Amino acid sequence: MTNPMFEQLFEFEAGREGFYGEFGGAYIPEILHETIAELCDAFDAARKDSHFWDEYVQLMSSYSCRPTPVTFCENLTRQCGGANIYLKREDLNHTGAHKANNVMGQGLLVKRMKKKRVIAETGAGQHGVATATMAAKLGLECTIYMGAVDVARQRPNVFWMEQLGANVIAVEDGTRTLKDAINAAMRDWADSMAETHYVLGTVCGPHPFPLMVTWFQSIIGMEARKQMLDIIGQLPDQVIACVGGGSNASGIFAGFLDDAQVELIGVEAGGEGMNSGQHAARIASGQGHVGVAQGYKTYFLQDKEGQMKDTHSVSAGLDYVGVGPILAYLHSQGKVRFESATDKEVVEAFKITVKNEGVIPALESTHAIVHALKEAKEIGKGKNILVNLSGRGDKDIFTIADALKDEKWNEFLKSKVENMD
Amino acid sequence: MINKINEKKALEPYVRSRLKEKDILLMTHAVVGYPSLEDNWAMLECMQEADIDLVELQLPFSEPIADGPAFIKANQVALEHGIDCDDYFDFFKKASDAFDFPLLFMGYYNSVFCMGEETFCERLNSAGGSGYIIADLPMEASLELDKAGKQYGLDHIQIITPVNSDSRMNQITDHASGFLYCVARKGVTGNETNFDDSLSDYIQRCRNVTDLPLALGFGIKTSEQVDELKGLADVAIIGTACLNVWEQQGKEKYKEFLKSLVR
Repeated sequence: MTNPMFEQLFEFEAGREGFYGEFGGAYIPEILHETIAELCDAFDAARKDSHFWDEYVQLMSSYSCRPTPVTFCENLTRQCGGANIYLKREDLNHTGAHKANNVMGQGLLVKRMKKKRVIAETGAGQHGVATATMAAKLGLECTIYMGAVDVARQRPNVFWMEQLGANVIAVEDGTRTLKDAINAAMRDWADSMAETHYVLGTVCGPHPFPLMVTWFQSIIGMEARKQMLDIIGQLPDQVIACVGGGSNASGIFAGFLDDAQVELIGVEAGGEGMNSGQHAARIASGQGHVGVAQGYKTYFLQDKEGQMKDTHSVSAGLDYVGVGPILAYLHSQGKVRFESATDKEVVEAFKITVKNEGVIPALESTHAIVHALKEAKEIGKGKNILVNLSGRGDKDIFTIADALKDEKWNEFLKSKVENMD
Repeated sequence: MINKINEKKALEPYVRSRLKEKDILLMTHAVVGYPSLEDNWAMLECMQEADIDLVELQLPFSEPIADGPAFIKANQVALEHGIDCDDYFDFFKKASDAFDFPLLFMGYYNSVFCMGEETFCERLNSAGGSGYIIADLPMEASLELDKAGKQYGLDHIQIITPVNSDSRMNQITDHASGFLYCVARKGVTGNETNFDDSLSDYIQRCRNVTDLPLALGFGIKTSEQVDELKGLADVAIIGTACLNVWEQQGKEKYKEFLKSLVR
């Protein structure tokens, strides 16, 4: 690869393994030390084996529609009257989101490590479904930890995970959401590590997860950079992605880290607004503080004594208390700018995108679109914006119909319930 | 200004002198603020009466990844009661003034990090603490904290596990003081532990790498198990089992249970 800044992420000073500036590290109970060390070695060996990456790309092309296309949004662009808007179509992956990249990559690694079982946390359920498909395909046992609140609001995903053969465990601790599912998965791993791999779903947690997941997701950015050069003969002026934990953003940004002229923008969940206390904007709000939890150091939405706060977003996938340490580092270096989009803006942008482009974005990805529509007007005609459309929304019909307050859908649900045996 | 370091602080000599009178010492645990500070105080009174040798006081944290269900709930409820660092150290100070056993901080690194490592050591020392156990702070990330800790005469009780390689064990024990916290098995607090030959092999591996006293924890539930550890470990750590007795059977049974462990 000809991407020195990306390559630099893989190099550490002695004694600072897994740190990016002050962020990252591996703050784990000692019981996990040897397992994490084993994973570091396995990842390192896989990364240095060019056959491994080829095998990964091959698998993704035969199983998950890679390379995913880049779509020019002619109508949105015309409506905005500004910069050209392009979408990197990660929604066209198998299971409908970029999550497939990471799980299939880790699945191949599990095979190399000869482990028989995988566990994963999931928030919205996307990563859980993706992990369950990988486990089914590769013949692995699978347990998914999911906050009880998320289990309740994401039943369709739970249904599919179970159909795929996964054991879904509803986590009743803490706020009963994503962060609690991560804690529960860590505890399972502390017990089961000899035969189990923990497929962490995002660029968070202890080293090597932030780096490893970024590496697998970098397939997005590597493809996208080349595609933009093919389509418009130049690089985009901006690349915009939503940031929950940050894996889709890390993946697409990875392709452009050495292009000083390309501005990288991460969009966090603004929820009910920055002053509402009901959001998940750790960096854009200026309200996140550096802390250590869930195995790594980054910006968390926490109180002054380090207790994590509740977060909120219309999209379960962005509703997370921490942010990937590599992104926190790139932000500190001035390489990535952080913005936010509110729930209300997201619902509006969702409607506009669906009606004008015939594309159904996930609510998570719609956060990036909200900001792209603002920037398109700002930077003006002749410029080019690439948005990472990280997932598709049609499978989240329950959540989206709810967010859109669709009366007919409610009537349909009522009639379904009335007609049940 | 560093306060005078009181005599019960030097944990290693303390453990050794107690071992002259007893076959095995006991370390118990309380999550400060759960079920309530009043209950915590009553627990400590029972511990004193049962002649418990060492006590861990846990500062509640919202993300207790190394704890099992009983302590997860305890952390959560304590936080719902509004327990903060001031409440914790006030309680700690009162307890160290009132009781004979040395007290240890137990908690997660974010609490320490957010108050500042130096401030943490200063506060723990002022409150009469002897040392600290931090569940998610690996040896290599604790070097700065331990420098501050030394200044205040605090021992960092390092954690060692049966899955550690010999070289990792050496690395950890090079930075340990006071005694060593030997996790008896994989997993989190509160699960079952089997006491078999592998346990004595494990203890032997620990003895090979350190002269420090060995405390064994995770899953010890009965006086029979404590008996089995005599001649193997120097300290038996009982956490979840005590909390279960308190919750299910109340104060008197709790006291009886503690006394039954010391025989």
